[in-house]
Amino acid sequence: MEGMLAVVVGVLYAASFYLLLRPSMVKLIIGLGLLSHAANLLLFTVGRVTRVNPPIAPVGALAPVEPFANPLPQALILTAIVISFGVLAFAMVLLYRSYQMSGTDNLNEMRRTDS
Amino acid sequence: MLIVRTVERWLRPILLLVSVYLLSGGHQSPGGGFVGGLVAAVPFALHALVYNAPSARRLLRTDPHFLMALGLFCAMWSGFTGVFLGAPYLTGKWVEWELPLLGHVDMGTPVIFDIGVYFAVMGVTLMIILSLAEEE
Amino acid sequence: MLVAIVSGFVLSLFAPWLTRFLGRWAGWVFSLLPLLITLYFARFIPSVFGGDTFRTTEPWIPSLGIQLSFYLDDLSLVFTLLIAGIGALILIYSGGYLKGHALLGRFYAYLLSFMASMLGLVLADHVVTLFVFWELTSFTSYLLIGFDHKREEARRAALQALLVTGVGGLALLAGLLVMGIAGGGFELSALLEKGEVLKGHPLYLVILLLVLIGAFTKSAQFPFHFWLPNAMVAPTPVSAYLHSSTMVKAGIYLLARLFPVLGGTPEWQGALVAVGCITLVTSTLLMLRRTEFKPILAYTTIGVLAFLTVLLGWGTDTALKAAAILLVAHALYKGALFLVAGAIDRGTGEKDTEQVGGLFKPMPLTAACGVLAAFSMMGLPPFLGFMAKELLYESLWEWGPHALLLKTIFLFSGMGMVLAAWVCGIRPFLGREGRTLAHPHEAPSLWVGPLVLSVEGAALAFIMSPTGAWHGFTPPLAAGVTAIAGGLGLTCVRQAVRRLLNGFAFLYRLGPESWYDMKLRLLDGFASFQTRILQSGYLRRYLIFTLATLLVSVGYYLWVRNIVYWPDVFSGASLYEAGLSAIIVSAAIFAVGTGSRFGAVTSLGVVGYGVALLFLHLGAPDIAMTQMVVDAISVILFILVLYHLPRYRLSSSHGTRVRDGLLSLGVGGLVTLLVAIATRFPLDQTLTSFFARESLPAAHGRNVVNVIIVDFRGFDTLGEITVLVIAGLGIFGMLKLRLLGRGEGDASRSEASAQEDT
Repeated sequence: MEGMLAVVVGVLYAASFYLLLRPSMVKLIIGLGLLSHAANLLLFTVGRVTRVNPPIAPVGALAPVEPFANPLPQALILTAIVISFGVLAFAMVLLYRSYQMSGTDNLNEMRRTDS
Repeated sequence: MLIVRTVERWLRPILLLVSVYLLSGGHQSPGGGFVGGLVAAVPFALHALVYNAPSARRLLRTDPHFLMALGLFCAMWSGFTGVFLGAPYLTGKWVEWELPLLGHVDMGTPVIFDIGVYFAVMGVTLMIILSLAEEE
Repeated sequence: MLVAIVSGFVLSLFAPWLTRFLGRWAGWVFSLLPLLITLYFARFIPSVFGGDTFRTTEPWIPSLGIQLSFYLDDLSLVFTLLIAGIGALILIYSGGYLKGHALLGRFYAYLLSFMASMLGLVLADHVVTLFVFWELTSFTSYLLIGFDHKREEARRAALQALLVTGVGGLALLAGLLVMGIAGGGFELSALLEKGEVLKGHPLYLVILLLVLIGAFTKSAQFPFHFWLPNAMVAPTPVSAYLHSSTMVKAGIYLLARLFPVLGGTPEWQGALVAVGCITLVTSTLLMLRRTEFKPILAYTTIGVLAFLTVLLGWGTDTALKAAAILLVAHALYKGALFLVAGAIDRGTGEKDTEQVGGLFKPMPLTAACGVLAAFSMMGLPPFLGFMAKELLYESLWEWGPHALLLKTIFLFSGMGMVLAAWVCGIRPFLGREGRTLAHPHEAPSLWVGPLVLSVEGAALAFIMSPTGAWHGFTPPLAAGVTAIAGGLGLTCVRQAVRRLLNGFAFLYRLGPESWYDMKLRLLDGFASFQTRILQSGYLRRYLIFTLATLLVSVGYYLWVRNIVYWPDVFSGASLYEAGLSAIIVSAAIFAVGTGSRFGAVTSLGVVGYGVALLFLHLGAPDIAMTQMVVDAISVILFILVLYHLPRYRLSSSHGTRVRDGLLSLGVGGLVTLLVAIATRFPLDQTLTSFFARESLPAAHGRNVVNVIIVDFRGFDTLGEITVLVIAGLGIFGMLKLRLLGRGEGDASRSEASAQEDT
């Protein structure tokens, strides 16, 4: 299972970097979105996958029933999802504002920091 | 459009209830402050799309700024309980009561922390969406 | 001892506020602290000069074995008393000199922290402590030279001093660390016993060179001497305190401190004597060209430091004794002369020695100080300067009859000193009153300091040898008399000498200062060159550099170590999982290829939901839920923003796209490979099992993920929601606060500037 996810992660990374390298602002934003999915899935995969139990202790038990999914990457991913949402929104608004002020959505034309 | 507006009106309390459920149950079952806060922001965001941002602000009755500040405040101060009791910052402290009606109540500082997360996330999300929706 | 050092820093924190509160008495009040420190250390005088040493240790960076340890012996005690004692007088003087200055509080703060750093420097035992305080003195000196920060000249001089002494400090750090490694210990007090080991060590020359660079930059020896005269743009109390009495002596302190460890070898002797002599000649020649008070005093300071360097290099008992007395004598008379120069400047508004005269009547006390200090500088009995000069020439005679060149240099520089003493300390008070800008006057805060210093010069000499420092009629005495006579003779033909020297002004332009400027220009050029390449301002270039570096470095490593495991793509995957993966992959590819913005947004949403479903299927309901909600909100966000952005335009060439495609595929392949390699090795389950085990009993939660977020790793989460809030505020700021006007002109103007760039 990890093998297949490794390929999915690789494809997501490749697609997001390709989009980030494009001069168009909108493609940059889409690329950022894909990048966060790729990173989350990478964390998840490296923390090993199991198809059995979520890391929740059932009523009456003191701990989750083995074998359960690794909770540590899940906690990291959960916050990462929300953070990357915030960052994505920030990037979007930043680009939107710079488009408003510079009149171009072509990143190659936006070179000077004060333009 | 009428259908959308009707659905929006019915969806609103349901989503809010779901978000509170996610928050309160988060410690024992899937859920928690992050997802709860996001869900809580959805009805207002939808409202802003269906009607307009000022209407959504009226519906919210308070400013997203306030929610953000409240959230951070709760999260930060929940940590000091531990400090006052001589433990490191953010150490969880719990009390358990047997109450009539509610039964066994397990209350602790991490719950307050989670409530802080809930409000902070809700506030930020609404701040972003409402500010953008107010752009002409 | 620690308190005595740190108290200066503490007081400096409050100094600006206290200055406002205390008004014109601030300087007097602040001077109580150095006075107390002086008294505190004065208690040690009998025992330390009796041969005792004291050591205190506080843990500082225990993990690195670095302690805040201080060591008090006779050498550090002399310096400590000078620093604190003169510091007190300087603080009083500053109040008068900078009366009414708006930033006086800041000035006191800098001075106090300098004093504390300097105390730390001379008392430090651990070499790292020494280095830290060493750099702190450079830093406070930077602040003080640049105190008049509105003058470009001041800023330039400050930066120059900082760079020269700072680079020297780095060399010193390297030298001290190598010395510590070679000597097997980093405490100076311990290294003092290791002299024989170190002198025979193969790295001895390296250590010596690095330490000497540190000492020579700090003490302004050739070819690093140029920063000191430039530093004279600082307010006069600073010149008196840092740049004549204390800080520039730090290099001498270091040489003296390390003399038992590194000194006495032919290399040491050769380097110190040669550098000292070159500096002596250079500084005397440069001094003769000048007519202003402060540059003259600065060049003679360099000269005295050079004397000290030569004496420490020579290293006989007489020479060391001469060095010790000359050091104290110089600190006293030069400090006094600077303060006198400052008082004349304050009183008359005149900075040039040629323009003032007849100041005895309006400024009698200042005149007394100036004359006393000048006598000491000339080396007249019964002053400390006389003792120093006698011992200096006496040690010179020990070189034997062959040291003719050395004797000539010493005599020549001695004459220069006499001339400088005459010109700065005596002549301004004689003769007719010159044309001055202001009515000459004096104030108590301006004469207390110099008076104490110059009287101390005589008193100390008396205490040390009550019979008068009279040695009888000896060759050294004859040399001293010759120097005085020659110096006074020089003053008569001063103008002619100056004209002669100015004929060689072109040489000055080739001096070390021009090397410094050239190096700075080269550095600037290199910085802007590499900035143009690396910091191009194009996002894609940054990305290409980063990704290519990643690909090449990690790929090369994996290839060389031959750890390439390609993943087994279909092993252990169910049909459902394969289907989800296929959907995610094809949606990602579609997002890349589509020409429609909404198509791309939709496929991004599909990727998000696909990943969420995978999470749900693989035992992670929490993140699955969150991912779905975030996706829903992101769609709303995209609709809101995309509405405002223009349609896609195809703007990159075929070649670029192929290059980017290959690079992205390469990085994607690398990530796949890394994940495959990582999942092949067993996972460390320590944390996972701890969290799972403790979640319910210790943290009252069945949902381990949420317990980690709000309890076990609550601090992280607190940081994360803070980041979120900051991002939200940033967005709010960008959208709501129109800091820059958003007229129609903006877009066209920036387009025009973009065209100019290309």
